[in-house]
Amino acid sequence: MIAPHSSPGSHPAPADDDGGHGVAKRRFLRDAAVSAGDEPRRGFIRRALAGYERTRDAQQARFRDYEQARDAASLAKWTAVNHLDELLPRFEAAFTANGGVVHWARDAAEARRIVLDLVHAAGAKAVIKSKCMTSEEIHLNAALEAEGYAVVESDLGEFIQQLRGEPPYHFVFPCMHVRRDEISALFSEHLGSQPTSDPEQLTMIARRHMRRLYVEADVGITGANFLVAETGQISITENEGNARLTAGLPRVHIAIAGIEKVIERVDDLAVLLPMLATAGTGQPLTCYNTLYAGPRRAGECDGPEEMHLVLLDNRRTTLLADAEQRDALHCIRCGACLNVCPIFKNVGGFTYGTTYQGPIGSVITPHLRGLAEWNHLSGASSLCGACSAACPVRIDIHHHLLHNRRNAARTAPDRRERFGHRVFAFVAARPWLFALAGRLGRLTLPLAKRLRPPLLREWLSSRDLPPAPRRSFRSQWRARRGA
Amino acid sequence: MSDSDPQRSARDTILARVREALAVPAPLPHLAHAPAPPAGGLAILPAEAARPWLPDGGDTPEERMRILVDNLGKLRAVVHRVPDLTAAAELVFAVARQRDWKRVAYHDHPLVVPLLAGVPCATHGVDGAAAHGAAAAKDALEACDAGISACEALVSQTGSILVSSATCGGRGLSVVPHVHLVIATADQIVATLADALALVRRRHAGALPSMLSFITGPSRTGDIERILVLGAHGPRELVVVIVG
Ligand code: SF4
Repeated sequence: MIAPHSSPGSHPAPADDDGGHGVAKRRFLRDAAVSAGDEPRRGFIRRALAGYERTRDAQQARFRDYEQARDAASLAKWTAVNHLDELLPRFEAAFTANGGVVHWARDAAEARRIVLDLVHAAGAKAVIKSKCMTSEEIHLNAALEAEGYAVVESDLGEFIQQLRGEPPYHFVFPCMHVRRDEISALFSEHLGSQPTSDPEQLTMIARRHMRRLYVEADVGITGANFLVAETGQISITENEGNARLTAGLPRVHIAIAGIEKVIERVDDLAVLLPMLATAGTGQPLTCYNTLYAGPRRAGECDGPEEMHLVLLDNRRTTLLADAEQRDALHCIRCGACLNVCPIFKNVGGFTYGTTYQGPIGSVITPHLRGLAEWNHLSGASSLCGACSAACPVRIDIHHHLLHNRRNAARTAPDRRERFGHRVFAFVAARPWLFALAGRLGRLTLPLAKRLRPPLLREWLSSRDLPPAPRRSFRSQWRARRGA
Repeated sequence: MSDSDPQRSARDTILARVREALAVPAPLPHLAHAPAPPAGGLAILPAEAARPWLPDGGDTPEERMRILVDNLGKLRAVVHRVPDLTAAAELVFAVARQRDWKRVAYHDHPLVVPLLAGVPCATHGVDGAAAHGAAAAKDALEACDAGISACEALVSQTGSILVSSATCGGRGLSVVPHVHLVIATADQIVATLADALALVRRRHAGALPSMLSFITGPSRTGDIERILVLGAHGPRELVVVIVG
């Protein structure tokens, strides 16, 4: 037996549909309340991310002009996304000329079917994977396991999450919420290792465990960070070397990527790769940045016999059709916006209930999975703009959260909210009525605090009302001006 | 529109959706300084234009060497500068003896082969590997303590080593063994990633190697409490020997 079969039900069953009727929102509110109350875990996350900000700042300082470099990265992605109609066929032709095979998938089900067929055709028993968020998006592991294939995540963080039976907590740092003693206990239970509190020893346990698996796996599945139209190469960024092994040792290499990953020229990488590393982890360049052009060539001593790429739409074209928010497809998934987000730090990654967490997840999920069911994520923002300021490709993230709110209000207006606004407009337009309402409010505020009427109850459950002032602002203003 | 038409291929459906979506133009991003792209043109900002904004790679060979050595040190790679190949061979001999290497992997290359002349352990050449059967070749490589390879270029800007599957021992040699030793000459140092990419494209015009990999320091992970650990899956040690 070569694989730690992840325990049954480890990943949520393939669920491309969200149930509807506000389930996602209720779950969000419940989980947010729990996570926000978990002080120790929040402190742990904050400390981990403080280290991130220090290294990132040091790395940004090495740029001779970081802001202009951001412009260049932003323009490279803008150009690509706005010429996808030309670049996708160009990429396909070049990739095919390199000996690879492109498969197009309209949605998650189609993508799963394609991968399952490829794995089946390869006569595979074991599959090794390196980090691939699109595979999380299409719930690939559950589908492979359901057909009896042993699947192992090779990225350390993903491996830990697989053993824990959880999806990634953060799409760049999958297990950043897990303490080392929890990892030690997990490895003891699943791999029979001795308990240790040394991160290095823990890493070596996983390394030793994985070594045989690379050699024995028949199929390696990876993601892709960039698809280069000019040369038909795919670019994979990683730190551990697990993607190098996954794409290097098995007989068949399958990569899965969203259609928005295409860039025009290989030269764009000279800007995009350093930006991704700097914003993502504060490194000058991630440890391995690898370009693959098809399977092993004649004259090369190793490498896979086949290389496949699954190009996934899964409603990215819906987002593409929204010209106002199209730039959300520029995202290079560096995770910077999560790392600086006050909401992410407080509610944690799982609360979002989405494949892509944090600010960018809140922007794109309503497009990928429906505005009606996911608009509540647009409200999970203080609109502080820290995300937009951190984004290496200048996506206007926090404004898009506002756009989503506006769109939701347009398409499915909340009657109660509308009525409330109308009443307010009526009162505010009549100074005498406004003064009267103010006086009533000041008088009844202490009572409202004590009685907690249903309208205010939820709001009051986590907040305090200020004491009521004795006089209105307007009368104070008049008195002071008089004096 | 046509999503329900099973006759239509996924490719055509997706491309049709893309074309339809792009019919409405998107506003340009809010840029700080850069000029707007020329109307209709695809190519806007060549890497050349971005060069003065990215981290410095050095303008002279001396500067490039200094920046490279500095960056490699920060990445926790070990750098040795030697005058010639004989000195490099002595160095490899000493390291192999000191570390008690049992077996080193190598590939056929004018810089690599001379290093193995007197090496005090077994050697495993990867070049004929495909002939030995894939599984056996993987096992043999896995059993090596170190892999010795040449490189396509060294990049001072980022401290990276560019290897390819065509000239640096395939895909496995630089990542399977616990130690990766790179042998390079000083004139292989280029300033930037763009320079390195341009160089390999000139060198392999018409047939790009199936793999090009920028290696930036020894393999690492921060997945456990964001604490840096070297040697996650790839080599724990990266040794760069620069000749000349
Ligand atoms: S939106 Fe920007 S900051 Fe957030 S992950 Fe994407 S590229 Fe990074």
